[in-house]
Amino acid sequence: MSAETAPLETNLTAPKRQPDSPWRMAIRRFSKNRLAVIGLVIIVFMFMLCFIGPLFSPYNVLDTNVQDKNLPPSSKYWLGTDKMGRDILLRMMLAGRISLTVGLVAMAIAVLIGSTLGALAGFYRRWVDTLIMRMADIFMALPTLPILIILGTILSDLKVDPSRRIYFLMVIIGVLGWSSISRLVRGQILTLREQEFMQATEALGLRDRRKIFRHLLPNTIPIVIVSATLFVAGAIISESALSYLGIGVVPPTPSWGNMITAANNLIDFRKRPWLWIPPGTCILVTVVAINLIGDGLRDALDPKMKK
Amino acid sequence: MKQYIIRRLLQIIPTMIGISILIFAISAMVPGDYITAVNNPTMSAEKAAQLREIYGLDKPPVERYFTWAGNMLKGNLGDSLQHKKPVTTVMGNYVWNSFFIAFFSLMFSWIIAIFAGVFSAKFQYSLLDKLITLFVFLCMSLPSFFIGLLLIKFFALDLGWFPVGGMTTSGMNGSTWEQLMDIAWHMILPVTVLTMLSTGSLTRYFRTSMLEVIRQDYIRTARAKGLKERTVIFKHALRNALLPAITLMGFELPGLFGGAIILEKIFIWPGVGQVYLESISMRDYPFMLGFTIFISILTLVGNLLSDVLYGVADPRIRLK
Repeated sequence: MSAETAPLETNLTAPKRQPDSPWRMAIRRFSKNRLAVIGLVIIVFMFMLCFIGPLFSPYNVLDTNVQDKNLPPSSKYWLGTDKMGRDILLRMMLAGRISLTVGLVAMAIAVLIGSTLGALAGFYRRWVDTLIMRMADIFMALPTLPILIILGTILSDLKVDPSRRIYFLMVIIGVLGWSSISRLVRGQILTLREQEFMQATEALGLRDRRKIFRHLLPNTIPIVIVSATLFVAGAIISESALSYLGIGVVPPTPSWGNMITAANNLIDFRKRPWLWIPPGTCILVTVVAINLIGDGLRDALDPKMKK
Repeated sequence: MKQYIIRRLLQIIPTMIGISILIFAISAMVPGDYITAVNNPTMSAEKAAQLREIYGLDKPPVERYFTWAGNMLKGNLGDSLQHKKPVTTVMGNYVWNSFFIAFFSLMFSWIIAIFAGVFSAKFQYSLLDKLITLFVFLCMSLPSFFIGLLLIKFFALDLGWFPVGGMTTSGMNGSTWEQLMDIAWHMILPVTVLTMLSTGSLTRYFRTSMLEVIRQDYIRTARAKGLKERTVIFKHALRNALLPAITLMGFELPGLFGGAIILEKIFIWPGVGQVYLESISMRDYPFMLGFTIFISILTLVGNLLSDVLYGVADPRIRLK
């Protein structure tokens, strides 16, 4: 790419330009994509709102104020209060912390398992490859939502402490999602391992572990970033769906999904939309923003895929 | 081709064994069983033990797995504990209710996606294209339960245009036609949500494939011949853009028969997804396991189908 920047005859006079690094080029391409930038702004805003916002709230989530229960939005309570007189805005921000964290950590788990197994399969091939890819096939064909529901029910039955449930949830969502990432990484490694720089590592006598983790996997990062971003969106939806069904994050820990369970009560559903519409909107806005970013990243990091 | 299909079918076998072991192991982790879930206080411990023996719940998990897997091979998924009927019968009773909404939403989403995709490709980078892109992202990001609740709130409760849930108006007696119209009336909201959910990614797919086709030489030739733009787009271009899309049909298979678990719960639609959700909370193992296996088989067969269709649609692809 950089070779074409200056025509040959002007080479002597033209100021010498450092060729841009691939990452810088990617950032430039990303920032040209208006929708993706909007998505990024929204996500930054959501994170600030959820992680810094509660510090500015005059209310305490543990305070129950029975006199102020079920109030509609007003200047005192911007988004109203629930049946225990808790401020919905504050609860929503705290719920966001949980939902965003679950999404991110689940993604990290899926990426960790997926890229390691994918790299092993692509690097060692033969029976390792067959074994790992057959396992991936199994996980691909597993109906995710039903399995999540069954596992969520198990968590409820085992009487897992509500404050520790989110950790289990992260692991469950992450573990169920490794297969597609591992396929992606394996495909990349299969082509990468035939390239010349790998012959160089061979000549240097590097150990396999170093070859895989220092030389092969870093080259798959661009593609993994894209699917990891989209995975976060999916994980947030899965978590909220489970929490809505009452088997994900359970009260008193708030999550966007379990705040929507207020809609299961017909009176709250009909007369007090401020209880469940704001958290639902948060899910929608966050997921749209993440998807926009993911799409922008795809165009920016993977020019070959450019349509 | 025949060889390819046979080999793929054989490959399904170990995958299916893996899936069945995994699913069974997960369900064996569930503490409590159907007897405790029914929670009948008048039942004595003796009676409960007796019932467990009848249902075979007292045996160790490994033994239960082999009995279950063996029966499954003979096509016997056992009896649903909750419905007291064979699992296959219960599935047969409810699967069609799910199929109807899934089928209609499939139809609508394809029609909408084709038009949206074609126009957004034809007018690439225009305002229309941008609006469609935004709409696509919105659809791809919808949490189904939230959007379902919103529609019920506004269109069913506040405006009263549609029924709140269910499939029929209870106690209604009318001609067959009236009853059909009643069902259609109840179907509108759930079908709308399902359609929205699947239209997004489909539209994207059609847009991409249309953009690819539009740039080809034969399209320029068609224009140079002086054909009307509409003929060029809808007759010459669309045909080739649609061809690869038939592979998507295979992936729709599990969705058509698998039911939409959360949506059916919200719209109180008597579909197989809702029965499934119930079976999980009631510890109705035979149904829970049987249906999970059923969806997995559909997924695998669907994948195979789409690969085969790909070869049929595009002879340049050699299946090996």
